[in-house]
Amino acid sequence: MKKFDRDRLILAFAGPALALVVAVVLTSVVLLVSGTNPWEPYRIMFESASYVDVQVLIVNQAGTYYLAALAVAVGFRMNLFNIGVDGQYRLAAMMAALVGAAVELPGPLQIALIVIVAMLVGALWSGIAGILKTTRGVSEVVSTIMLNSIATSLVAWLILPKNFGVQPAGSNNLTTGDIPESGWFPGLDMGVEAGEIYGFTFVAAACGVIYWFVLARTRFGFDLRATGASASAAQASGVDAKKMILTSMLVSGGIAGLAGMPTLLGDAHTYSLDFPTGIGFTGITIALLGRNNPLGIAFSALLIAFLDKSSASLDQFGYEKEIATIMQGLIVISVVVSYELVRRYGLRRQQQKVGEELAAGGALKTEKEGAAL
Amino acid sequence: VTTTTGTVAATSGKPRKRGGRPGLTPSVLLLIIAGALALVSLVRLISGADDITSAGQVAGALELAIPIGLAGLGGLWAERAGVVNIGLEGMMILGTWFGAWAGYQWGPWTGVLFGIIGGALGGLLHAVVTVTFGVNHIVSGVAVNILAVGATRYLSEFTFDTAEGGSSKQSPRIDAITEITVPGLSDWMHDLQARHWFLVSDLAGVIGGLVTGLSLLTVVALLLVPGTWWLLWRTPFGLRLRSCGENPVAAESLGVNVYRYKYVAVVISGGLAGLGGAFLAIVSTGIYQEGQTGGRGYIGLAAMIFGNWMPGGMALGAGLFGFTDSLKLRGGAENVHAMLLLLAILLVLVVARQLHRRKYLPAVLSAAVAALLFVWYGLTDQVPSQFVDAAPYVTTLLVLALSAQRLRMPKANGLPYRKGQGA
Repeated sequence: MKKFDRDRLILAFAGPALALVVAVVLTSVVLLVSGTNPWEPYRIMFESASYVDVQVLIVNQAGTYYLAALAVAVGFRMNLFNIGVDGQYRLAAMMAALVGAAVELPGPLQIALIVIVAMLVGALWSGIAGILKTTRGVSEVVSTIMLNSIATSLVAWLILPKNFGVQPAGSNNLTTGDIPESGWFPGLDMGVEAGEIYGFTFVAAACGVIYWFVLARTRFGFDLRATGASASAAQASGVDAKKMILTSMLVSGGIAGLAGMPTLLGDAHTYSLDFPTGIGFTGITIALLGRNNPLGIAFSALLIAFLDKSSASLDQFGYEKEIATIMQGLIVISVVVSYELVRRYGLRRQQQKVGEELAAGGALKTEKEGAAL
Repeated sequence: VTTTTGTVAATSGKPRKRGGRPGLTPSVLLLIIAGALALVSLVRLISGADDITSAGQVAGALELAIPIGLAGLGGLWAERAGVVNIGLEGMMILGTWFGAWAGYQWGPWTGVLFGIIGGALGGLLHAVVTVTFGVNHIVSGVAVNILAVGATRYLSEFTFDTAEGGSSKQSPRIDAITEITVPGLSDWMHDLQARHWFLVSDLAGVIGGLVTGLSLLTVVALLLVPGTWWLLWRTPFGLRLRSCGENPVAAESLGVNVYRYKYVAVVISGGLAGLGGAFLAIVSTGIYQEGQTGGRGYIGLAAMIFGNWMPGGMALGAGLFGFTDSLKLRGGAENVHAMLLLLAILLVLVVARQLHRRKYLPAVLSAAVAALLFVWYGLTDQVPSQFVDAAPYVTTLLVLALSAQRLRMPKANGLPYRKGQGA
């Protein structure tokens, strides 16, 4: 039994390791084909990541990614595909910024208000998809794609100066107005040159612990995983599948709402046209890479953030930084393929093992029968 | 717009005489279009927004609908064979890039060919990952989208950036494809349309839009819709392909090579999306621009669902989305404002139908929304363009919410299939 567990552990690591190797090799092939040095970009990226300021950037970016990936992962555990994390994140960040700029409360209260608004808006937006799925049977994949685009339009309309937006003097940008300083989340100062790590990054880490605890140690988490594994079996054992779908959609949207908080509370203090987009889609990549496991997601978030931030320096050395995007795409594909291959291999191994044991048992039995005769 | 009868689910198990959902035969489709035209004409007379059925408007709507329709057609091919294709957007992006890259060097038709090849490559990747490796279709589609963005940006750095008249985000100009205008008829229709008569002028506007400055590629794209219908619903090949989407295990038992059919379907799907992308780059704008597709792959998917996985319905959806887009582009605010009235009148018709069927609660709800729209129309002069952007998506959500139970996607769509492991 113990040996079998070790095999599973090896298999669990073999998947991502295989995927990363394949992705690196494929990226090198792309580099070779385009007539550049296939190894130099990696060296430049690692060297760039050895500077403290880049490291701080990576950690900060990873915090945002981590929350987005957790939001996706909650859905995945339930067999729900929340493609709408991106829309939920943007709408939530914008509404939270609006509320944050409009009211001024003493420190912690202001932050709490902004965070709660963000979670509620995110949950509201994903809740639409949840309600459509539970009451009308609409696939959450399609409805969340639609909701993403609707969120884009809604944000674009709300941020117009004639509605709720503000146009800073002498700029083409539109913002939602600045959040007063009481709503700034204190960060961890890493020295003058390095900048600071957003305080909310630690909240993100705490969310990971909560995610683990809820899923692994509570009745709700058990129900959620059971429904994800087999909705009909869960229903038979008394789980209200519809309620679970709606709840997990709301939770997913709530976490997606949090994803904008590190940037909003730690750095930007306003939602503007250049607020980062596409975080939700990166979150899907990271959740897949991390296999919905809180620790796995943390490593994946760091990896993707590393690719993002350390590739910025490639331009100075005459390499195209877009190679990092290609690498991300290749990582997703090789990750999902390698997981599937490893899963099949594991399954076959298990079947073989059980088959052998049964055959051995059967042989024993026939021997006994033979002796009895 | 939805004309489904409630019999789709009940008859799904039986072989059907005519393809598609009962009620959406070509004649019914024509009837819907005629009714819609009469309604639009009425709205035009009331609101005075004469541009909503002008020849220019119709031509614009057609040009905007084609890429959406091609993406939708691509989605149709893949999903009829049981493979969900979220990667349409990425395949379209590949189509714009390859189309423009070959187009500016060797002429527009070579560009079209390369656009198709580019999209088909994306389709092939999707097929390898989903069919051979059995990975979740949506995951693979998302990956294709990410990869397409990265690959085209990377490639632009080497090609367009160093070309004359191009930059890393934009290609040099591509020669235009021949446009045809039917002499005589076109002028006559423009004359008729300028008189603003009820229905006659609107019909003239539609015909005028169809015979003036029509790109040859548009004609090809339009022919692909009946072509797809014929291939998928009238040939043994199509029957086998659709059987892979409905019940692959049964298809396998009858000797159909399910893997091969899925591969063919997904590669064609990518090719069609690529053609849609090439159309954007070569016909719509004449250049490649980064981010040019702007989510049209997703709208195409929406059009396909809107059309209940049928070519005719899909074309109707694509036409509707293209029309809303073009309303906004041409003199926008006033035209779209008139659409509020159209929507309100449509809802009144829905109320009448629901009352007839004695569905009182939905009737009251629809009446309330209709009243709100009338008030909105009366109190304002224009609709914010951002709301117009969202219109196709909101429409799709509403259609899904109101008729999801009546829509019927291929039964085994999105499900994993392994040869020889059917239960």
